[in-house]
Amino acid sequence: MIVKILGIGCSNCLRLEENTRTALKSLGIEAEIVKVKDMNEISQYGIMRMPGLVVDEKVVSYGKVLNVQEVMALFNKPGQIRL
Amino acid sequence: MNVLYDAILKMTWLSDGIAWILTQFGLQMDQPLVISLHYFIYDTIKIFILLSVLIYTISYIQSYFPPERTRKILGRFNGFFARLLAALLGTITPFCSCSSIPLFIGFTKAGLNVGVTFSFLISSPLVDLASVFLLMSVFNPKVAIAYVSVGLLLAVIGGTLISWLKMERYVEPFVLKGGVTELDEEKMTHKDRHNFSKDQVMDIVRKVWIYILVGVLIGALIHDWIPASWIQAVLGEDKWYSVPLAVLVGVPMYADIFGTLPIAEALVSQGVGLGTVLAFMMAVTTLSLPSIILLKKVVKKELLILFVVYCTIGIMIIGYVFNAIQGILI
Repeated sequence: MIVKILGIGCSNCLRLEENTRTALKSLGIEAEIVKVKDMNEISQYGIMRMPGLVVDEKVVSYGKVLNVQEVMALFNKPGQIRL
Repeated sequence: MNVLYDAILKMTWLSDGIAWILTQFGLQMDQPLVISLHYFIYDTIKIFILLSVLIYTISYIQSYFPPERTRKILGRFNGFFARLLAALLGTITPFCSCSSIPLFIGFTKAGLNVGVTFSFLISSPLVDLASVFLLMSVFNPKVAIAYVSVGLLLAVIGGTLISWLKMERYVEPFVLKGGVTELDEEKMTHKDRHNFSKDQVMDIVRKVWIYILVGVLIGALIHDWIPASWIQAVLGEDKWYSVPLAVLVGVPMYADIFGTLPIAEALVSQGVGLGTVLAFMMAVTTLSLPSIILLKKVVKKELLILFVVYCTIGIMIIGYVFNAIQGILI
């Protein structure tokens, strides 16, 4: 699984990245976390609010710094993300 | 009305309360250092209270107008009306400075005219709702209304100019490539909106507290320690160059409107023209080096230069006009 954090490097994006790492670790999910900072690439995902969270090329959240619980809930929700 | 205005926006009770506490410590309210201390504590607390209440309320309203919805609304209109609407929506659409570029791309990809997008981009940092109430608190409602009106005017005329000159030629091609991903609009409950608003308050306080402290500190210095004659010698109302100087100093600076207000207030109290001070605030919020560098990634230099030059000249004109009509406003 590839998890991408979209954001140009402001504090919000860094916090989302941290929370995602923690959430994945406590769920025991092995995933490659990629930071996408290039505007050109970010714009391909069609989001207008930073930071964005992309799992296997699907935008699952944008414009919000999800906390650890929220990230975990996202990965546990059936239908949202297939593990 | 006046009692409410003094109590809520001016917070006279806070000023009296702090003075009372300071005297309990045996400090005399007629000593310069104590006056500065009082000013520093009072202004800092006042701005933080106003900031928190305002950001919360405004975020709650804003949660009904995410950029995705704004884009949809704007897509239905054309021409001058679309630019006016863009400027108005700019005042209530939430967005932090690091979102301005994705927003620009998102709007442009959806087929919105570049002029409409720029009206939005100019008005958004310049006239947000919080600044309106802060201006009412620091100055008075007349100044706040005048500020909003010229801010919107600057945004609408800027968009119109960019549209007339067909500046869409100077948008980087990658911005226009590809379609729009329509993401589902999230359904928000009142609890979600409350959480969103609370997060916004904490986020903004975390980001701007240092600007506020520095701003109030500089304000206190200007207020009580730097001789008014020095300040007037450089920025006095009778000096024609005070406005361009204020703008040129303000443009590269990056600060928040909340940090600039205490400085603005102190400068006006020391006899600097209202227009000079407002021009400085507008220059700081609308244009800054970080935002210009970001914008450079999506537009070519012709459009970037037009944007910077237009805003600079526009803000200077606003400064001169406000200096001329200061008598009616304060």
